[in-house]
Amino acid sequence: MSDFILIAISTLDATIRVSTPLILCAMAGLFSERSGIVDIGLEGKMLAGAFAAAAIAAVTGSAWLGLGAAIGVSICMALLHGFACITHKGNQVVSGLAINILASGLTVTLGIAWFHQGGQTPLLSGDARFFSIDLPGALAVADVPVLGAIYTQLISGHNALVYIAFMTVPVTWWLVYQTRFGLRLRAVGENPQAVDTAGISVFWLRYRAVICAGLLCGIAGAYLSIAQNASFIREMSAGKGYIALAALIFGKWRPKTALLACLLFGFLEALTVRLEGVALPLIGEVPAQLMQATPYILTVVLLAGFIGKAIAPKAIGIPYSKER
Amino acid sequence: MLSQDNTSQGAARSPAIDLRKINKSFGPVKANKDVDLIVAKGSIHGIIGENGAGKSTLMSILYGFYAADSGEIWVNGKLTSIHSSKDAIATGIGMVHQHFMLIDTFTVLENVMLGAEQSSSLQQSKKSARAELQRLSEEFGLAVDPDAITGDLAVGLQQRVEILKALYRGAEILILDEPTGVLTPQEVQQLFDILSALRERGVSVMLITHKLQEIIAITDEVTVMRGGTMVATRETAETNKEELAELMVGRKVLLRVDKEPAKPQQVLLEAKNLTLLDSAGIARLDDVSLQVRAGEILGIAGVSGNGQTELLDVLSGVAAVQQGSIVLNGVTIDKDNVLNAKDFRHLSLGHVAEDRHKQGMVTEFSARECAIMGFQDEPEFNGRLLMDNAAVTEHCANLMQQFDVRPNNPHLKAANFSGGNQQKLCIAREIERQPKVLLVGQPTRGVDIGAIEFIHQQIVSLRDAGNAVLVVSVELEEVMSLCDRIVVMFEGRIVGEMAAVNADAQKLGLLMGNAGGDDSDNSATGVVS
Repeated sequence: MSDFILIAISTLDATIRVSTPLILCAMAGLFSERSGIVDIGLEGKMLAGAFAAAAIAAVTGSAWLGLGAAIGVSICMALLHGFACITHKGNQVVSGLAINILASGLTVTLGIAWFHQGGQTPLLSGDARFFSIDLPGALAVADVPVLGAIYTQLISGHNALVYIAFMTVPVTWWLVYQTRFGLRLRAVGENPQAVDTAGISVFWLRYRAVICAGLLCGIAGAYLSIAQNASFIREMSAGKGYIALAALIFGKWRPKTALLACLLFGFLEALTVRLEGVALPLIGEVPAQLMQATPYILTVVLLAGFIGKAIAPKAIGIPYSKER
Repeated sequence: MLSQDNTSQGAARSPAIDLRKINKSFGPVKANKDVDLIVAKGSIHGIIGENGAGKSTLMSILYGFYAADSGEIWVNGKLTSIHSSKDAIATGIGMVHQHFMLIDTFTVLENVMLGAEQSSSLQQSKKSARAELQRLSEEFGLAVDPDAITGDLAVGLQQRVEILKALYRGAEILILDEPTGVLTPQEVQQLFDILSALRERGVSVMLITHKLQEIIAITDEVTVMRGGTMVATRETAETNKEELAELMVGRKVLLRVDKEPAKPQQVLLEAKNLTLLDSAGIARLDDVSLQVRAGEILGIAGVSGNGQTELLDVLSGVAAVQQGSIVLNGVTIDKDNVLNAKDFRHLSLGHVAEDRHKQGMVTEFSARECAIMGFQDEPEFNGRLLMDNAAVTEHCANLMQQFDVRPNNPHLKAANFSGGNQQKLCIAREIERQPKVLLVGQPTRGVDIGAIEFIHQQIVSLRDAGNAVLVVSVELEEVMSLCDRIVVMFEGRIVGEMAAVNADAQKLGLLMGNAGGDDSDNSATGVVS
């Protein structure tokens, strides 16, 4: 029995680690999409952020500078998306795809040019990475059965970015539902003309939204390369940006439900690793490929209408222009 | 009484709005040419004109949506520059747009305070906004639940929210752009009561409309626009509909439909107990039965969205019959004999769609292509393998000639014609084949007065040739003057029927809002055969 509990705890622990970038990206997407800008470029912004974090951390030896670089680069890419979609009223999906392709190519090219390791960055150690933090009292309660293990392993012992990621959810909720900025953000995604006639700048509001998205994607990228791993590896975002987008839609563009969706997808991924090569009673060994495909299959099935209607912000994807 | 006083006082003081030599061009089109306009304080000033006369452009300039190319805007005697809606609001100008500027998912309170929040915290802002909204509601008699979800409210109430929004921002000058298009006659009356109350409290109102009736009913002064210029300004008391119509169009127009009494004969189209459920299982049509006879025009009145669109879809074969049946020229169409729109056409049914841009034509196609839509498979337009382009072009040229479609160019893209000429083309296409049954949705929506007269004449002459016509229109005056018999729809049901000669706006309006109930007086339900 206690074996089972330990396995369960370590699976949940993995869930948290895997979910972290999903949560950050989903909240990033929430800001952007609630303002009416489709953000398919979460993936690219995260990847570019991951590269910038690893490169700067490798050069300076500071994880925090790496994080700052990730955020800076990611915001730049978000502004590029904004420039194309908001200022020039371009197609938001095309622009997002362009961001993804740009990040995918540029990170590898720059990686090879700067570090000569086939697109990877040098392995990081020491202060160049975010290490796990032991919360106060973690050691003291470690021997308490079940609860002690839950506290020590599940809640304590993650790196700073994990805690930041979980903090972004209530902060996002507060910003979106409890502040003037949030009211206007939700309004501009539903009916930008109403916002304009109320005397608020649609452009500036949407730019602020994509900047928020850039900030959060940058943190997600830094998490991948200098917290979860110890270097940048080409294409290390591996579709997480898309999964986060799916979780956002699955969560109906609301922070709390999007968080739950991220945790569900994270849990499925953790389970995949856990069940690899394990023979289950009755079923036998589940092919690893099937397990790996599960989040995607689930997304397709769920989005195909099994979660009730996901009503998108009404003005999403439509560039705003004054003159008709 | 009071308003009269205000108007005379207003003339002595500086005017609320004084526009001088406003010019605005969109590319080669001059939307406003040297426009001068004076609106007295505390008055209701009507601005009337056809589509494209420049009314909306002028108001958009005043509200900071567009910048004028040249000209001066004086507000309350001060030269002002208005570069954005924000500037307009700061000068005390509020606007109620034709398409409401509301967020459907927000509460009334959130909509009212959006952009004018008192604090960066929503809780704080809501508290002060709630108190202010309460005060305004009481002062102006504009009751509305601040916590209702805006999208759930009736259109009349949504409009009230728009007015409150402007007042909340301290508007002393209120612009209303075509405010009555979506309202029932009773709601229109309520709106006019509100406007009178605003006038009594010194608010200046600018009412933009193309409906002559409204100008006469409520305004103190009226300005007529045509082709981007100001044509005339009149005291409302000293003018009449005929004069205003003539000023708008630039020639004499007949406002009534000139027709002989109908001579109804055999039934050509009959609907029996039609019921249509949408994908959510809600009845869009609920047990609708009606008959249209040869030689008569049956009108369907009702507030938009009460099943008229669905009725036209089923009667034209666009939507399949679910329950009940249709008898068209002796052929029964029901669940066991489903016919498509093409089959309906072959049973001699013509259909002028309600929304010409969605169903009536493809605006990216040329006029000659639009002129054969629905008949593209007819042998006369087809050679052995390819389309007979010469025949298609000639056909369109003939239609344009007969129905006075301008410009007379079959190769011009449909989008480049004015609304009236697009509609003439659609009607020409259907009427030219002399269908035994013609369905017409919104015959004159977005059509100028001059063209309305022509379209009505064409429909009447089709009737006089012994065909049956069914007209759906949200314009009550049109239904009353064009049709011989009127049925009223409400929430997918037929709630009343009367002969057009017995109809008036009051009776129809009550039925349209279903306030008359099912036991309204006998004259309202009396069937004319």
